[in-house]
Amino acid sequence: MNTALQIFREKIPFLHDICQAIGHSILNVIQALGAISLFVLQTLRHCATPPIFIKHILRQFIDIGYYSLPVVGMTALFTGMVLALQSYTGFSRFNAESAIASVVALSITRELSPVLAGLMVAGRVGAAIAAEVGTMRVTEQIDALSTLSVNPMKYLVVPRVIAGTIMLPVLVLIGDIIGVYGGYIVSTHVLGFSSGSYLYQTWQVLENIDVVSGLVKAAVFGFFVTLMGCYHGYNSGRGAQGVGMATTNAVVTASILILIFNYILTQVFFS
Amino acid sequence: MTKRNKIEMTGVYKAFGTKKVLQGVDLNVPVGSSMVIIGGSGTGKSVTLKCVLGLLQADKGSIKVDGMDMIKASTRAREEMMKKFGMLFQGGALFDSLPVWYNVAFGLIHGKDMDKKDARKIATEKLEQVGMGEAIANLYPAELSGGMQKRVALARAIATNPEIIFFDEPTTGLDPIMADVINELIVKCVKDLGATAMTITHDMASARKIADHVAMLHDGKIVWTGPIDDLDNSGNPYVDQFIHGRADGPITDLQSELLKSA
Repeated sequence: MNTALQIFREKIPFLHDICQAIGHSILNVIQALGAISLFVLQTLRHCATPPIFIKHILRQFIDIGYYSLPVVGMTALFTGMVLALQSYTGFSRFNAESAIASVVALSITRELSPVLAGLMVAGRVGAAIAAEVGTMRVTEQIDALSTLSVNPMKYLVVPRVIAGTIMLPVLVLIGDIIGVYGGYIVSTHVLGFSSGSYLYQTWQVLENIDVVSGLVKAAVFGFFVTLMGCYHGYNSGRGAQGVGMATTNAVVTASILILIFNYILTQVFFS
Repeated sequence: MTKRNKIEMTGVYKAFGTKKVLQGVDLNVPVGSSMVIIGGSGTGKSVTLKCVLGLLQADKGSIKVDGMDMIKASTRAREEMMKKFGMLFQGGALFDSLPVWYNVAFGLIHGKDMDKKDARKIATEKLEQVGMGEAIANLYPAELSGGMQKRVALARAIATNPEIIFFDEPTTGLDPIMADVINELIVKCVKDLGATAMTITHDMASARKIADHVAMLHDGKIVWTGPIDDLDNSGNPYVDQFIHGRADGPITDLQSELLKSA
C-alpha cells in the first residue's frame, strides 16, 4: 500500500497534491461538522438544565430583538414595495394585475420576510456575537468564567441562543406586517389600486399555515444565527485575525444554513 | 515534618496535534507553599497551569488536587473543585462589560450564589486589600491603567478566599516598580489566606520574591525543582543559564533553531 502511494507521489506529483488537498478539505469539513454537532448537543443540554441566567436572556431579547427592529423593518418595507412594483410590471403583460396583493402577501409571509430577516440578523447579530465571544476567548475571559465556577456555555451561549430562537419569529411577524404594508402603499398610491379591494384580497389569500410556516422558519434561523455566532466566537483563533475570521465564518455559515433549511422547511410545509 | 501535597502531578503529557508540549511533568506542591515554575517562552508553563485548572485536558498522567484526580474526575466533581481555585490571568481577563466591583464580586454572586449587596461589600474590602479605593468600584476595566487592572484581577482572584491561587505571569507588561508592588501584594494575599500558590513566570525578580519552591520547566519536563534558597546553587546547567539570562548553554534559542531548519 505504502509502495503504491509512493509510486503515485513520485510519478504524478501534481495529481497526488490535488488528491491530498481534497482529502484534507473533506477531513476538515467532517471534523467541523462533528464539532458543531457536539456544540449543538451541549447547548441543548445546558438549555434544559439549571441554572438559567434569566436576566441575561432578557438583555439578549433587547440586543437581538429590539435593536434589530429598524434593519428588519426597513428590509421588509422596501421588499414589499419592490415586490408590488415588479409584480405589476410582470403581471400586466398577462392582464393579471389583480394577483399582486396575493403575490405580495404570500411571498412576504412564506419566504421573503423570514429569509431576509434571518440574513439581516445574521449580518448584524451573528457577527456581533462572534466578535464579542471571540474577543472574550482571546483575552482569556472565557477561561476566567470557568475559574470563577461559572459554566461559559450557560453564561454566554444559552442566553443568546434562547433569545435568538424566540426573538426572530417576533421580528418576522413584525416584518410580515410591514412588508405587506409596503406592497399596499405602492399598490394604492403609485399603481392606483383600491385600498379596500387590496386589503380584502390580502386577507382572503392568507391562511394560517402561510404565517405559521414563516414563524417556524424564523425560529430555526434564529437558532442557527446565534448558535453559529457563539460556536465560531467560542472557538476563535488567536489575535485580531482569529476574531475577524470567526466573525466572517459565523455570518457565512449562518447564511448558508438559512438558505439550506429554508428549502428543507418549505419542502416539509408545502410539498 | 513533611507537609502533605496540595497538588501532585505525575507523568503529565499534553500534545496539540503533532506538537508535544508536556512530556511527562512530575511536580508536587506542598500545602500552604508557593511554587514558582520558571522556564522560557513556549516551554509549556501556561499549558501546565491550564491542565491543573482543568481548562485543558491532559492526554496522559495524573493531576491530583487534595487527593482527587482532576483528569478522571466527573465534570460535576471538577466544577466543585474549581470553587477552591483562584486565578490571576496574564492580561487580567477582566470582564469589560462589567464594572470593577462586579468583576471582583463575580465569583461570589454566580459561583457561590451570594446576595449582590453582601458580595459588593466583600468586593470593596478585597479592593482595599490590594490598595484600590471605593472610588474605582464603579469604573469599567477599560478606564483603568495596566497596573490597576492587575490589582483588580488580584482582588478578583482572592475574593472567594480560595485554597489554591494560580498566577500566570503576574508582572508581565508592568514597570519594575508596579511589578514589585504586585509581587508584594501577592505575597501578602497568599499569606493572609494561608493559600497554596502556583505561579508561572520568567521574571526572576518576581520568582525570588514570591517563591518558597522553584521548578524549572524545559522541553515539556521539570528539569529541576528545589527551595528558592537553592536556586543560585542548583548545579543544574539549565537553571544556571536561565537565571543568569545567558545566550550560551544547553537551552538553545528555539526561534534560531526554527530559522536554521527553514
